[in-house]
Amino acid sequence: MTDHTAHNMAHYPVLERRMRDNPWKTAVVGERRQRTVPAQPLPAGARPAEPLPDPSDWTFELIERYHAAIAATAERFGLDTYPNQLEIITAEQMMDAYSSVGMPVNYRHWSYGKEFLATERRYRRGHMGLAYEIVINANPCISYLMEENTTAMQALVIAHAAYGHNSFFKGNYLFRMWTDASSIIDYLVYAKDYVAQCEERYGADEVERLLDSCHALANFGVDRYRRPSKKSLARERLEREQREAYAQQQVNELWRTLPTRPGKEGAAQENNRFPQEPQENILYFIEKNAPLLEPWQREVVRIVRKIAQYFYPQRQTQVMNEGWATFWHYTLLTTLYDEGYLSDGVMIEWLGSHTNVIYQPPVGHRAYSGINPYALGFAMYRDIQRICQNPTPEDRLWFPDIAGTPWLPALDHAMRNFKDESFIGQYLSPHLMREMRLFAVHDDANERELVVSEIHDENGYRGLRQMLSQQYDLGTREPNIQVWNVNLRGDRSLTLRHTQFQGRPLGDDTPEVLRHVARLWGFGVQIESVDAYGNNPVLLHTVAPSAA
Amino acid sequence: MALQIIDRRLAGKNKSVGNRERFVRRFKEQIADSVRRAVSQRGIREIEQAENITIPRKDISEPVFHHGQGGIRDMVHPGNAEHVRGDRIERPQGGGGRGSQASDSGEGEDDFTFTLTKEEFMQLFFEDLALPHLLRTHIGENPQWKSRRAGYSQDGIPNNLAVLRTMRGALGRRIALGKSAHREQLALQQELDALLAQDDGTSEAVAELQHRIDLLKERVGRIPYLDPIDLRFRARVQVPVPSSQAVMFCLMDVSGSMDEARKDLAKRFFILLYLFLTRHYETIDIVFIRHHTQAAEVSEEQFFHSTESGGTVVSSALVLLDQIIRARYPTGDWNIYVAQASDGDNFTNDSGNCRNLLADKILPLVRYFAYVQVAEEEQNLWQEYSQLLPVNPHFAMRKVSQPSDIYPVFRELFKKEGALA
Repeated sequence: MTDHTAHNMAHYPVLERRMRDNPWKTAVVGERRQRTVPAQPLPAGARPAEPLPDPSDWTFELIERYHAAIAATAERFGLDTYPNQLEIITAEQMMDAYSSVGMPVNYRHWSYGKEFLATERRYRRGHMGLAYEIVINANPCISYLMEENTTAMQALVIAHAAYGHNSFFKGNYLFRMWTDASSIIDYLVYAKDYVAQCEERYGADEVERLLDSCHALANFGVDRYRRPSKKSLARERLEREQREAYAQQQVNELWRTLPTRPGKEGAAQENNRFPQEPQENILYFIEKNAPLLEPWQREVVRIVRKIAQYFYPQRQTQVMNEGWATFWHYTLLTTLYDEGYLSDGVMIEWLGSHTNVIYQPPVGHRAYSGINPYALGFAMYRDIQRICQNPTPEDRLWFPDIAGTPWLPALDHAMRNFKDESFIGQYLSPHLMREMRLFAVHDDANERELVVSEIHDENGYRGLRQMLSQQYDLGTREPNIQVWNVNLRGDRSLTLRHTQFQGRPLGDDTPEVLRHVARLWGFGVQIESVDAYGNNPVLLHTVAPSAA
Repeated sequence: MALQIIDRRLAGKNKSVGNRERFVRRFKEQIADSVRRAVSQRGIREIEQAENITIPRKDISEPVFHHGQGGIRDMVHPGNAEHVRGDRIERPQGGGGRGSQASDSGEGEDDFTFTLTKEEFMQLFFEDLALPHLLRTHIGENPQWKSRRAGYSQDGIPNNLAVLRTMRGALGRRIALGKSAHREQLALQQELDALLAQDDGTSEAVAELQHRIDLLKERVGRIPYLDPIDLRFRARVQVPVPSSQAVMFCLMDVSGSMDEARKDLAKRFFILLYLFLTRHYETIDIVFIRHHTQAAEVSEEQFFHSTESGGTVVSSALVLLDQIIRARYPTGDWNIYVAQASDGDNFTNDSGNCRNLLADKILPLVRYFAYVQVAEEEQNLWQEYSQLLPVNPHFAMRKVSQPSDIYPVFRELFKKEGALA
């Protein structure tokens, strides 16, 4: 799966819904302190006389009993979670949640309608089961349970979402650092209101065109290293007006056409580049510097940018997050079965779903579409557990830190401190590479044939691991495009620069995206391409200033 | 660990309605196209249904910067079965779209399909027509009356006498008029009885009392048992009722000169008329009559899809139409609409015949007769029919040569009617 757009991320929705809380109050973040993990699972209590009942139709009482059993087991493994809130919803509500990026509230846009229609159709035709769950990163952590699920499936979802994902949200460093659930939900409420107001005031078409253009650049509206500040809804509203006024003033300053007084610093300014450094956050640059945008348009650009920024870290922990949740539903439920809580029927049923989820079709298979993040993540956590419990000499050589150590702390560490790219770079073991029979294919468009560059053997492990790690690096998955130059004293045209990665050109959409950039910028826009070393610039496309 | 279970099933659904509306609005052009196409493929009666709309994927995609084909790619794949390092593999067909990149290139494959609800479908359909305001205008006066009870009145024919109501009134009147006399009589009688108990009944007082009692009896006796003012009749008023049934005759020339395109034009016209009628009548019969040199009543399927060849005698259809109306659709019970479509071609001597048939027999029976010629050139049928126009306000004729002409023509036809009504 490729993640072209921010709104493709419906499957990894991570945010909170706060129905009852006062939206103007910022949540206390004190919950985010770390807890110590026991070296070994704590001992089980008395074995139950008989397993939990397993009629296929769930009841609230049954959900509570299953949850209690799962919670007690999770506690023994030292899973540190936010309190849980389970919400029973219908299939239709699930589709609603699906199509609005999994967000409980969002501004209106046709693309979400498209998403909804597509989801609905696939679902009605039976092409797709809906996700078993959607879980929202919040305190308390909200998990949606679909009413159509059987008892066994509800148990699976509780283990997967309410304990797996939940503990990941609370533990992983990217989520701790980037997602402040309380402020995002406020922000979305604010965004929805603001966009609705704009539609009323400036017309739905105008707003739609603007949002289209912003969405086209959403993935380039991200600060990759700087952390966004936390703001409450009240502050957000308060600051907006000041910001609008100030931003416009700044822009005016930049585009001043009055002659500067001679002898001051005028001459020096002529030669200054703008921007002085290339800018990777294109939307931010436009928001701050586009000459013709109205204040409200700048605010909409900012809204899209903020939301894209919010999703950015989630896109980097796909394998880890899903793998972690899958590992824990597997571990918790098998433990419960061993201790006599689950009946054979429940076991068979959730194992069926589990097997489907982690199925990895081999390359060349009809169903093959890249590596299944659930499969890879699950296999890696299981592998780490194996390395801790039954290390081979090879493991001791490759993973001296964790081989033979208690597995709970090792796994906890792996979950907390990595993202997909570094997680694979750190923990993909030769054993797993052999098991998955990984191999790398080198595809050079200039060659007639593909070459198998590495396979799962002694000489290939490091290369394979490095390549797979890179495959999950967003920096290489998306083209590297930056704001390069603005012709300040001439036609005000904007130049974007694409730095090629391994000689890869840009896709067919480029001229169209460029038109969106031009619409936002208000003057001509061009994009040039340079090789990996910044040499040989080639002008790819130019869009003349639009009449609009 | 704390747990809270919330049942949200009853909380609102359809949160996406706003987004869906925006989607439909944005792709109105394409969707309207699909609606038009769907209309041409549907049976007349199935017109009011939901519809699957397909929009080309490329129109609907949202562009983003992404890597295109080419350059160097190193991809890791699972499930190596046979390869060793350095193996050369034939490039798969369709470029390097392989592994996780497949979705890049695979996007153009299937079009975006979704289901338009019946309401949305009809809305688009009528929006296209600019019809809604037109639908509200009535098609002429309605000749049917129905008598409905409307309480009681003081006059009427003996047939309608409401006996019960009359008698009840009479009884009330008698009680009202006789009550005081009766009461007085009772009091006197008591007095008399008391006197009689004391003496032998020959005193003057007794005679006086007796006399007064007789007077009162006489007065009560004079109250009539039934008075003309007691009479009540069941009242009935005549209210106009719209007849709830209509019959629509579709007449079409299926001779060799009517090709598929022309039939399609005709069909659109019939559909419009049908929809128009569904807004006014509860039940609608459709009768399909096709003709070449001979006319026949056929099913919808045969009407639109079987081909015939040969010459054209339009009057044959009109004769059959007249027969069917007289046999099955008495004008008192049915609102009769006729839509005739033809390419104007007719056997030369027949056109005058047609005009006479229409003027003398058919037009007096029908509420509306619309003739659509699906060809440009004016032939003798057109000329003959034209003579009917000035004297028959419920006769209309137009020429249509393209699908896009249909709607304006339809509007035109019925605007005229609406204005006259």
